[in-house]
Amino acid sequence: MAANTVLNYLPRKSMVHELTGTTKLAFFLLFTFASMITYDTRVLIGLMVISFAAFRVSHIKLREVRFMLVFMLVFLILNDVFIYLFNPEQGVEIYGTRHVIATLFWRYTITWEQLFYTFNISLKYFVALPIAILFISATNPSEFAASLNKIGVSYRVGYSVSIALRYIPDIQRDYHSISQAQQARGVELGKKEKLLARMKNSVNILLPLILSSLARIDTISNAMELRGFGKKSKRTWYVQRPFSRNDYLVLAFGVLILVLSLVITFWDGNRFYNPFV
Amino acid sequence: MNTPIISFRDFTFQYRAQARPTLYNINLDIYPGEKILIAGPSGSGKSTLASCVNGLIPFSYPGESTGQLFVDGMEAKKESIFQLSKSVGTVLQDPDGQFIGLTVAEDIAFALENDCVPQAEMHTATKRAAALVDVENHLGYAPHELSGGQKQRVSLAGVMVDDVKILLFDEPLANLDPAAGKQTIELIDRIQKETDTTVLIIEHRLEDVLWRSVDRIVLMDEGRIAADLRPDELLSGDLLTRTGIREPLYLTALKYAGVDVTPEKKPAHPETLVLDEKDQELVRSWFHSVQAPPPPAAQAPLLEVRGLNFGYTKDRTTLRDISFSIRKGEMVSIVGRNGAGKSTLSKLICGFETPDSGSVFLDGRDISDDNIRTRARRIGYVMQNPNQMISKTMIFDEVALGLVQSGLKPDEVRARVEDTLKICGLYPFRNWPVSALSFGQKKRVTIASVLALGPEIIILDEPTAGQDFRHYTEIMEFLRDLNAQGVTVLMITHDMHLMLEYTPRALVFSSGSLIADKSAAEVLCDSDLVERAALKETSLFTLATRCGIEPPEQFVQRFIDYDREVREHGC
Repeated sequence: MAANTVLNYLPRKSMVHELTGTTKLAFFLLFTFASMITYDTRVLIGLMVISFAAFRVSHIKLREVRFMLVFMLVFLILNDVFIYLFNPEQGVEIYGTRHVIATLFWRYTITWEQLFYTFNISLKYFVALPIAILFISATNPSEFAASLNKIGVSYRVGYSVSIALRYIPDIQRDYHSISQAQQARGVELGKKEKLLARMKNSVNILLPLILSSLARIDTISNAMELRGFGKKSKRTWYVQRPFSRNDYLVLAFGVLILVLSLVITFWDGNRFYNPFV
Repeated sequence: MNTPIISFRDFTFQYRAQARPTLYNINLDIYPGEKILIAGPSGSGKSTLASCVNGLIPFSYPGESTGQLFVDGMEAKKESIFQLSKSVGTVLQDPDGQFIGLTVAEDIAFALENDCVPQAEMHTATKRAAALVDVENHLGYAPHELSGGQKQRVSLAGVMVDDVKILLFDEPLANLDPAAGKQTIELIDRIQKETDTTVLIIEHRLEDVLWRSVDRIVLMDEGRIAADLRPDELLSGDLLTRTGIREPLYLTALKYAGVDVTPEKKPAHPETLVLDEKDQELVRSWFHSVQAPPPPAAQAPLLEVRGLNFGYTKDRTTLRDISFSIRKGEMVSIVGRNGAGKSTLSKLICGFETPDSGSVFLDGRDISDDNIRTRARRIGYVMQNPNQMISKTMIFDEVALGLVQSGLKPDEVRARVEDTLKICGLYPFRNWPVSALSFGQKKRVTIASVLALGPEIIILDEPTAGQDFRHYTEIMEFLRDLNAQGVTVLMITHDMHLMLEYTPRALVFSSGSLIADKSAAEVLCDSDLVERAALKETSLFTLATRCGIEPPEQFVQRFIDYDREVREHGC
């Protein structure tokens, strides 16, 4: 019964949902590439506006993806903190000037350059993640395999991913019932038990879970072969949709974004926008 | 009708990992448009025979074969599984496991996708196949939104999109409730008539398959064909009983009554069986001659459920106001269609889930506050699939698991485990690895591991699912012995025979409510109840009505009592 997965498809009527999976995947890759390469603040802010706008258009609500957002913020904070701990002068090295705000202790000083660098790093998260979340929650899982295949990934690989997604809820259910049966035999697994005992005893769930999953794999692979999976080097897809005008527009837009951000970023021969000189 | 579509010639097959062949010198011709039932006990080679036809052998299960096998004009071992799958459509046993797509439509279209069929054509073909099996209104559904019967229909549509000439069903009834099983048999019959395909059904549940006519029954036994006859001929002899296949109950009843069953009586269907006045009189006088055994003395209530309500989510109730009481030493079955709340009930009794209201009493004490482990000392729970319960590699360790956890001293654990193993007939195997056991023996190990904790009640989920008659009898007689030693037994089951033969009382569930609590014989003679709970009327009821015996449930009960006598004393 516990079939809620962390990342799932949220069907909606929106422009983003109506794009084909292939478009979404390609746009996601182009956009991510653009945001990974640049540290130019102007470009990043521009990309963030696009990213937020796309999220808005998709009609997906923030609370529906709350888990991912919290996860991302925690990661972001960890990232910023560790950059500072390992190299508090990173910003100074990059921007070539040093404006100290305060000195904490030993080598840890706070500089405008470091703050600006941290700001840029955080900005990158806010640029890339809404698009990533959007790609996952606005792409029909059925279309996922098809779109991977379309951009050149073997359909066998694409289908494995899709089958894995399909079986996650089943395996969760298995896990749940195996755990209950183990508890009924006195194995400490319940929420009220001690953490250490629970960890140790969860080994008891593994063997039955692995065995029953292997049995599942055997059945599914037989069923797939009996229906001709892997016969040809290509296959067609039931759910694949033809490209519409919007798909071409979005793809063109994606390429434009990448080119523009590369041009603006490298115009002055530096990946960083430097407000300090 | 002249050239066979499937033809085995002196065909012998041996799996690579086995010391002896699984099939010996099979000679069998199947003609286009025939409908064949392949019956036989577990291990008789019937599934192997099917795997040779659809190409899983040697593609997935390698081995050596001699002789020849022709399928639709191809020599099977020279063709690939893909080539064969164009001619042979296989519907596997497990409706969940073979559901490949994320939705009904994608699952049906799977074979077409693999064949690179253009999308527009694929959509039309999918709709046509879906309409053939009545799932055209469910095309967008995900597998978990479908019932077992519907999933099976989708699998069937998934092979029908290919215009196959042969349809192969591997134990199609194993995972369905009785009513869904009946519908499956009707569907297979209809499809075969509409499309003129050749149909092979592998099943050991003969009576259920014979709900609709088949042309021939091929009876397998120890890798050989023991009989290849028309149903009427096969049912008149005693070959079935000798190979360990259960003959239809109405025929056993007729034989007890002294009626001579001959092919001319057309014994394949209880409704159309020829019964003259003399035969009917024989049945009636047998009924009057058998004495009903005295009812057992009533014991004190052990388990009581009062006003139980439960829902997994707020807006959906799974169980509504359930109240009943189980007496000490009873053996009771819990029946009803999938999703009626049977498994949920057992979860509430064991404490896996907490009821929204109502309570469970054990020996008159409210156990609502007891946790799973405390309850487990008195109420044991055995899952349907033993592979989901067994977590140790050695039998001894598996049975000892619960005792070790309870902190008993090692020598006490040893003594109790050995006692339990003796009761369960597993003592000789105590140092064996679990993997060396058969499915039925594994089931026994799981029962033993629960019994070791010394519960007064055990709840079993589908104790005999997928077992042939011999293993079924083995498991059930074992449970009956336990019951005789004082353990109260509750069983969730889809098996109408089990319910009739082993449990005097049945609790019937339908969409979350307890709709009947009476004797198994009464339940199966009540057409309205049978309909509401997706059960299946017993053929004994049909026989009793046809012989004008009133009330029919008494006839059913007499038969069960008499049959038990016969099987115990072998008279």
